[in-house]
Amino acid sequence: MIEARQLTKRYGEKTAVDRLDFEVKPGMVTGFLGPNGAGKSTTMRLIIGLDAATSGSVSVNGRRYARHAAPLQEVGALLEARSIHPGRTAFDHLMVLAHTHGIPRRRVDEMIELTGLQSVARKRAGSFSLGMGQRLGIAAALLGDPATVMLDEPVNGLDPEGVLWIRNLLAGLAAEGRTVFVSSHLMAEVALVAEHLIVVGRGRLLADTTVQDLVRQAGGDTVTVATADPARLRAALASPGVEITGRAGSEQLQVSGLSARQIGLAAAEHGIALFELTPKQVSLEEAFMDLTRDAVEYHGAVTSGVAA
Amino acid sequence: MSTAMEARPAGAGAGPVSRPAYKVTGRRVLRSEWAKLWTLRSTWITLALGLAGLLVFGSIAAVRYKSLTTSGGTRPGSGEFVNASAVTLTLFGVRFGQLALGVLGVLVAAGEYSTGMIRSTLAAVPRRLPVLWSKAAVYGVVAFVVGVAGAFGGFLIVNAVVNGTPAHMPLSDGGVARSLLGAGLYLSLVGVIGTALGMLMRSVPGAISVLVATLLLVPGLLSLLPTSWQDNIGPYLPSNAAEALYALQHAPGMLSAGTGALVLLGWTVLALAGGAYRLVRRDA
Ligand SMILES: Nc1ncnc2c1ncn2[C@@H]1O[C@H](COP(=O)(O)OP(=O)(O)OP(=O)(O)O)[C@@H](O)[C@H]1O
Ligand SMILES: [Mg+2]
Repeated sequence: MIEARQLTKRYGEKTAVDRLDFEVKPGMVTGFLGPNGAGKSTTMRLIIGLDAATSGSVSVNGRRYARHAAPLQEVGALLEARSIHPGRTAFDHLMVLAHTHGIPRRRVDEMIELTGLQSVARKRAGSFSLGMGQRLGIAAALLGDPATVMLDEPVNGLDPEGVLWIRNLLAGLAAEGRTVFVSSHLMAEVALVAEHLIVVGRGRLLADTTVQDLVRQAGGDTVTVATADPARLRAALASPGVEITGRAGSEQLQVSGLSARQIGLAAAEHGIALFELTPKQVSLEEAFMDLTRDAVEYHGAVTSGVAA
Repeated sequence: MSTAMEARPAGAGAGPVSRPAYKVTGRRVLRSEWAKLWTLRSTWITLALGLAGLLVFGSIAAVRYKSLTTSGGTRPGSGEFVNASAVTLTLFGVRFGQLALGVLGVLVAAGEYSTGMIRSTLAAVPRRLPVLWSKAAVYGVVAFVVGVAGAFGGFLIVNAVVNGTPAHMPLSDGGVARSLLGAGLYLSLVGVIGTALGMLMRSVPGAISVLVATLLLVPGLLSLLPTSWQDNIGPYLPSNAAEALYALQHAPGMLSAGTGALVLLGWTVLALAGGAYRLVRRDA
């Protein structure tokens, strides 16, 4: 469980994280999305206290991260930036972290096995490929058997097999009841594992929603219908929760809140002939772009509004 | 008790069921820092260099002294070897040893920043300060052991070389053991100051520059100041306090060994305070 309240981080003039409010709940994978520079990595550093918030707060399982007796047992984090001494072997790196918490050597061996690092565990981390380094980072994140697992772009540098492995790992961790928080700027990748989504842009919260709702918001549930008498069709379809738009003089209407099937049935009931009945396909990627583009425009509007 | 500890109450009520009870303690952070030190090749290399420096440079000085005094051309104890004794000859090695041990001290702290390891370290110990205290304690002890071993080992070699010259003196002579232990303490404190500077500057070259400047350049710069200033400030500089700490004979104007130790300790505490401030106050 992660709770951010008006979380803000400024680096000089630059506001990297801007009054974020969100909750990451246990038992599911929550995707953390946003374009480059949106503030995802910064937010994650704030969560584990590597950077101090300028204002606002963020807690993990009810307390600030640093207040926990066994921090690695609360949050296991894989950060974006390299966090390993290249001169130390993978085994020694994990052991050094394990010592701080009294984590037994057995657990270190288990993590090496889980991440498939057995053959290179005694090699210095500096000689690791990007993917191997990433696996070592994940082994370190899971070392403390954490209630919350937080991974910053975990699939970076992993081969297809590794990507699949991560996907299953995350789903498994969530199924065990853990809080799983994963950042990415690839919507499609996140949508495969995440149930919930937190979308940020320019440090601001853009959406705190489910994958389905996001698609719906982006207009994914609109159906285009064409008929000779749009006014009659409007009347036939009108009901609470249904939104119908259309240009005057056009035969086309955009209907949201009803499926193509429902519209077709209603039209038949009223004896209205339809020329077109097309559900709009919105890809997740489009939905994401829509959302983040809006944020950029919104930002611009605010600035010019202030200047005027 | 252990069964009660194992069923950890899950914060949100939906956490994984039965989990072991881990906990960060001061001892464990010490254990971790100890392991960190010895799992890097650079530690072994630098400590070996430091030890070799202590042994070799003292021996070279002894050999030169011996050849000067036995060739008959020069009076014993002239030039650079005025009032030379086995102790003063041994202490030639300290000049080199302090560089190696000081640099390793810097690496212990600043090396974590240059590699990014600090992020893993502070994620594991987010209270941060125990990391600095543990680094200082672990490395201080290691540097002390190496320093003392080097000083006494160097003394034994030097004494063997200068056997039969006026410089020869038994270890049991008044002040000899104190002087050699003082040298070990000095090397240990230089190491800890290096660690503190490493934490303060977060940069290996930066911290090494400051350390070397403090030890080697500042005493030289002092000679540019008026004599009264030199007399008042001079003895309290780290390098001069160090000399007071390990000198066998105390020249007028020099601090006593005890005061020298305290002054040096003061500098160490100051450096540690600076390192601690930066560690706690600044984003990692
Ligand atoms: N230590 C820092 N000092 C100054 N600016 C910073 C610092 N860290 C991040 N920023 C700025 O804050 C903003 C957010 O950066 P952040 O790395 O959190 O974004 P991100 O969402 O992780 O992006 P990406 O998808 O590229 O990883 C960026 O504009 C970045 O330049
Ligand atoms: Mg990032």
